[in-house]
Amino acid sequence: MPMFSFEARLKRQALYDVMFRGLTRISAGAVLILLAAIIVSLIMGSMPAINAFGFGFLTSSEWDPVNDQFGALIPIIGTLVTSAIALLIAIPVSFGIALFLTELSPRVLRRPLGVAIELLAGIPSIIYGMWGLFVFAPLFADYIEPWINDHIGTMAYIGPFFSGPPMGIGILTAGIILAIMVIPFISSVMRDVFDVVPTLLKESAYGLGSTTWEVMWNVVLPYTKVGVAGGIMLGLGRALGETMAVTFVIGNAHELSQSLLMPGNSISSALANEFNEAVGDIYTASLIELGLILFFITFVVLSIARYMLFKLGQREGKAS
Amino acid sequence: MNSKLKQIILGLTAATAVIYAGTSQATDITGAGATFPYPVYAKWAEAYKAQSGNEMNYQSIGSGGGIKQILAKTVDFGATDAPMTPEEQEKNGLTQFPTVIGGVVPVINLKEVANGQLKLSSDVLADIYMGKITKWNDPRIAADNKDIKLPSTSIFTVHRADGSGTTFIFTTYLAQVSTEWNSSVGAGKAVSWKGGMGGKGNEGVASFVQRTKGSIGYVEYAYALQNKMNFVQLKNRDGQFVSPTDASFQAAAANAKWDADKGFYEILTNEPGKESWPITGATFILVYKSASNNATATETLKFFDWAYTNGDKMASNLDYVPLPANVVNMIRGSWKKQIKDASGKAIWK
Repeated sequence: MPMFSFEARLKRQALYDVMFRGLTRISAGAVLILLAAIIVSLIMGSMPAINAFGFGFLTSSEWDPVNDQFGALIPIIGTLVTSAIALLIAIPVSFGIALFLTELSPRVLRRPLGVAIELLAGIPSIIYGMWGLFVFAPLFADYIEPWINDHIGTMAYIGPFFSGPPMGIGILTAGIILAIMVIPFISSVMRDVFDVVPTLLKESAYGLGSTTWEVMWNVVLPYTKVGVAGGIMLGLGRALGETMAVTFVIGNAHELSQSLLMPGNSISSALANEFNEAVGDIYTASLIELGLILFFITFVVLSIARYMLFKLGQREGKAS
Repeated sequence: MNSKLKQIILGLTAATAVIYAGTSQATDITGAGATFPYPVYAKWAEAYKAQSGNEMNYQSIGSGGGIKQILAKTVDFGATDAPMTPEEQEKNGLTQFPTVIGGVVPVINLKEVANGQLKLSSDVLADIYMGKITKWNDPRIAADNKDIKLPSTSIFTVHRADGSGTTFIFTTYLAQVSTEWNSSVGAGKAVSWKGGMGGKGNEGVASFVQRTKGSIGYVEYAYALQNKMNFVQLKNRDGQFVSPTDASFQAAAANAKWDADKGFYEILTNEPGKESWPITGATFILVYKSASNNATATETLKFFDWAYTNGDKMASNLDYVPLPANVVNMIRGSWKKQIKDASGKAIWK
C-alpha cells in the first residue's frame, strides 16, 4: 500500500510537471502568436498604401490628405532625430545619477532619491506633454532659444541646425522632453545593475589606488555593460514610441526643415493626431503603414543593439 | 508600435462600449461621432433623462468614427461635423439633419492690436495661410486697417494637427474665397498646410497662439470666448466687416439655402447677408431612412425633437448657436417624409 501511494504521488507529480510545462509553453507561444498577429494585421491594414506608393512611401515627404498623396519621410526623420537627441542628453545624465546614488551619495539620501526617480517614471506621459507645452516651451522660447540662435546658430557647419524663430516648440523641444521622460528609466536600471557589482571587485580597485572615476569607468561599467545597454534600449524603446508628450511639443508640421528649432512630426504623433478622423482607405492605410514602419524601426534598433552586445562579448574573450 | 496598439485597444473598447450600450435597454439610445458637439449633447442627454427617464449615450470618438459606427449599425445615430454628401447618404440609405451651429474664429497674438479690432479680407486671410503675406504690416493688411499702427512682426500660422471638423469648415471657406487655395491645398479635415505649426485640438491651437508673438490661428467660437482671445473681424460675401457673435452665426444659418431633400447638405461658409459671419458651420446627425428597430429610431427622433424645443438655452450657455426656427421646422418635416419603418410607414408623426 505505501508503495502504491508513493507511485500514485509520483505519477500525479509527473502530470503536474507536464501540465506546468504545457502552460509555460503556451504562454511563451502566445507572445509569438500575438506578435505575428499584430504584424500580419498591420501589413494587411497597410496593403492599400503599399500598393499605391510602394517603396516611394519611405522617401516621399508629401503628406496631402486632400489629394491622397502620402509619404513617411518626415515622420521617420522626426522619430529618429527626437529619440537621438533624447538619448544624447539622457545617457550622461542617467549615468551621473546612477553613479551618485551607488557610489557618492550619503546613505540617508539614497532611498529618497531612488524613490523620487521611480516616481518620475510613473508620471503619465500626457503630464510631461502638458508641462512641456505650458511651462517648458515658453521658457525655452524666451530665454534659451534666443541664446542658441545667437551663439550656436552662428557657428559654421552646425549653425543651420540651430537657427530659427524662437517658438519654443519643435524637434529640439520634443527631444529634450523625451530625455526628461527616459532619464528615470535609464538611471534606475543603471543604478540597479551598478548595485550588483561585487564589493570585492570595487574594493580591490580602490585598494590599488584607483579614483572613484577609475573604479566606475574601468571596473563597474565593464562589469555591467550588458545591463547598462539594456537600460538604454529600454529608454530608446520608450522614446521611439512615445506619443502624447511628443504630440504636444513637436509642432506637428509635415514639413522638412534643417533646423532643430522648427516644428516637425513623429510617427506616433502623426498617428495620434490623425487616426480618429482619417477618411478613405488610402489615408487610413498610410497611417497603419506608419505604424508598421515604427514597428520595423524598433525591431531593427533592438537587433542592432543585441548584435553589438554580442560582438562586444566575443571581443572580450579574445582580448584578455 | 505603442501608439498603434493604443489605437487598436481604443477602437475595440469604443466598439464594445457602443455594442454593449446599444443592447442594454430598448428605449435607451446610443450615438457616436463628432467631438465638437459633445458638451451640448451630453447636457441635453442629462436633462432629457431627468424628464423622460430614457437615456441617450453619446460617445465622442470623432466624426470619422461616428460614420463608421453608423454604417456598421452599432449605434442608433452617427454624428459628424462635415456633412455627408447627398450621393453618399443615398448610397448608404442614410438621412441627415443639423443640430447646432458653431463658428470658426481666426485669433491672433498681437499686443499692438486691441481685442476684435483687426479687420481681414477673405483673400488676405487665404494668402496669410498660403505663406504669401509674411509680415503684419503688409500693405494688404494695412489697407483694411488704416486706423491701426501695425507692427512689422513676422506672421506665424497655427493650424490643427489632428483631423477635425473645424479644419474642414475653415479650409472649405478658404477654398471658396481663393482659387489658388482651392487648387493647391483644397478643403478637408486635414490638409497639406503651407508651413506653420500644428496644435492638437482647439486647446493646442489656442495655447500656441497665446504663446507665440505674431501668430494667427483658428479655433471654435466657444474656445475664443472662453479664453478671451484676440479675434479678428472678417469681410463677408456682402463686403461688410463682421465680428463673430451668436447673431452673425445665426444670420449665416438663416441665409443658407437648406434643402431637406439633400439631407441638409450645406456648408455654412461664405453665406450671403450683411450680418453673416463667413466661417460658420453646422454639426450633423446621421440616421437610417428605413428603421430596423422602430422603438429606438422613434426614440432618437423624440430626443432631438425635445432638444430643438427645450435645448436652445442649454446650447447657448455652452456657446453653441441654436438653429433658426424655420430650419427646425424643415427638419421635422423631413423626418416625416424620409424616415420609414419596415412596412414603409413614417415613424415620425
